[in-house]
Amino acid sequence: MEAFEYAAPNSVKEAVGLLSSNWGEADVLAGGTDLLSLLKEGVHTPKRVVSLKNVSGLKGVSASRIGATATIAELLGNSSVPAAVRQAAEGITSPQMRAMGTVGGELLQRPRCWYFRNGYGLLGKDAKGKSLAPNGENQYHAILGNKGPAYFVSASSLAPALIALEATVTVTGPDGEDEMPLEKLFQTPSSDSQRENTLQPNQVLTGINLPGGGARSATYEVRQRQLMDWPLASASVALKMSGDTVESARVVLGHVAPTPWRSSDAERALAGKAVSEDTAMAAAKAALSAATPLSRNKHKVQLARVAVKRAILQAAG
Amino acid sequence: MVGPKETQQPNGFSRRSFIQGVSVGSGAAGALLATPEAKAAGGDVVGPGAVSMTLRINGRNHSLEAEPRVTLLDALRDRLDMTGAKKVCDRATCGACTVMVDGQAVYACTMLAIEAEGREIRTIESLSANDPVPRNFVKHDAQQCGFCTPGFVMACQSFLENNPNPSQADVEAGLSGNICRCGTYVGVRLAALDAAKEVKGGRRRGY
Repeated sequence: MEAFEYAAPNSVKEAVGLLSSNWGEADVLAGGTDLLSLLKEGVHTPKRVVSLKNVSGLKGVSASRIGATATIAELLGNSSVPAAVRQAAEGITSPQMRAMGTVGGELLQRPRCWYFRNGYGLLGKDAKGKSLAPNGENQYHAILGNKGPAYFVSASSLAPALIALEATVTVTGPDGEDEMPLEKLFQTPSSDSQRENTLQPNQVLTGINLPGGGARSATYEVRQRQLMDWPLASASVALKMSGDTVESARVVLGHVAPTPWRSSDAERALAGKAVSEDTAMAAAKAALSAATPLSRNKHKVQLARVAVKRAILQAAG
Repeated sequence: MVGPKETQQPNGFSRRSFIQGVSVGSGAAGALLATPEAKAAGGDVVGPGAVSMTLRINGRNHSLEAEPRVTLLDALRDRLDMTGAKKVCDRATCGACTVMVDGQAVYACTMLAIEAEGREIRTIESLSANDPVPRNFVKHDAQQCGFCTPGFVMACQSFLENNPNPSQADVEAGLSGNICRCGTYVGVRLAALDAAKEVKGGRRRGY
């Protein structure tokens, strides 16, 4: 690990002031479960690390707001957290990671793509600028939104669930606080100068707001290992019901695209229908109809279909 | 279990301090030689050189000087001679470095020492061989090479203090953050279930 300066300010404003307007010069430290690995591997080599541990306003979990530095364990300890979020949180690696890792850090963890983690950059290119993933070891890479140059998958398990539930996030930067739909926090980078999120280098994610609204929700993850790993594919579903009929649905897939992947095709396939095996399967097929698997990840298409179908059935439960 | 007394030989010389002496001697020229600075208060920027910090471990304060990049695990093992927590993967994946911070099991390899300031750190050195968890690990032969054992014991201690009366499924999920390459999981499970009968209701030892 390269040496760095360290500061632990008492307020978000101070934290923002300690960050840099250029990527790579300073990193925000919350739970550290991702950042310390990035530092040890030399993927991040910041001159300064700004810890949020003393910023008390970022902690805490309530039915309507999740603080950015609330831990995954604290999230699970609150019984008012919606089912889809709870089920996604339960899948997060291990008890130690859930005790250390924060909700904000879970949303902003860097992609797990092994090209990125091994120093080939977020877009995974060799020295000549050729993308390594499309014909390489891409079994865990994107099957949607993967026309290039990004092929990694969004690593967050909570984001699909929170987006299904129409969560918004608050971010604070030099120009003050902004609120935006969580969907807008994520982007597919189109060049090396962009990241997988829309934050500026000197903006801090401060919290997540949940609007409520009584949707029935569920998350279903398809996994190689039950624990200590990220899902191969996941789906989070929120259904607003009118009797037995779906009034409106939000269907968001995880770990299949460079961003959490909302499927309006699946949502349309459910609207106005009663939930059954057949309608759930039709929505699952619709969600993956545009899939463009790479050379080694065709299996993920079916895994994602299964995740969508089972999340719908579970939410309708 | 390794008790605090075993890490320091009667003559005041330990294997660890010998290794430390050798590595400091050979590496000093390349090291960052910044003078220790006041610890981070408010928005003060400290480092990248060594910073004075105080860690509260097993009920006692320990002062040390370390760069901000030093992990809690390296501080424990290399600076404070508490070598019970083991360094194996160093990437928050194997659990061998598990210690308790504020009553929760965490990976010491993945927390900066400076981040652990002001928190209650509890290591394997706080337990004796007669405590329920270590005793039941011995009883059920829940170790083979033993390298993962201190981490497993602390994960188990934390789990049982926070989850009295667990089922076998609870134990399996609760200890899922630790890996044993020898495959002693059956013994660990039995040890945890037996120890659960003795570590009830979040009881905390008085160190």
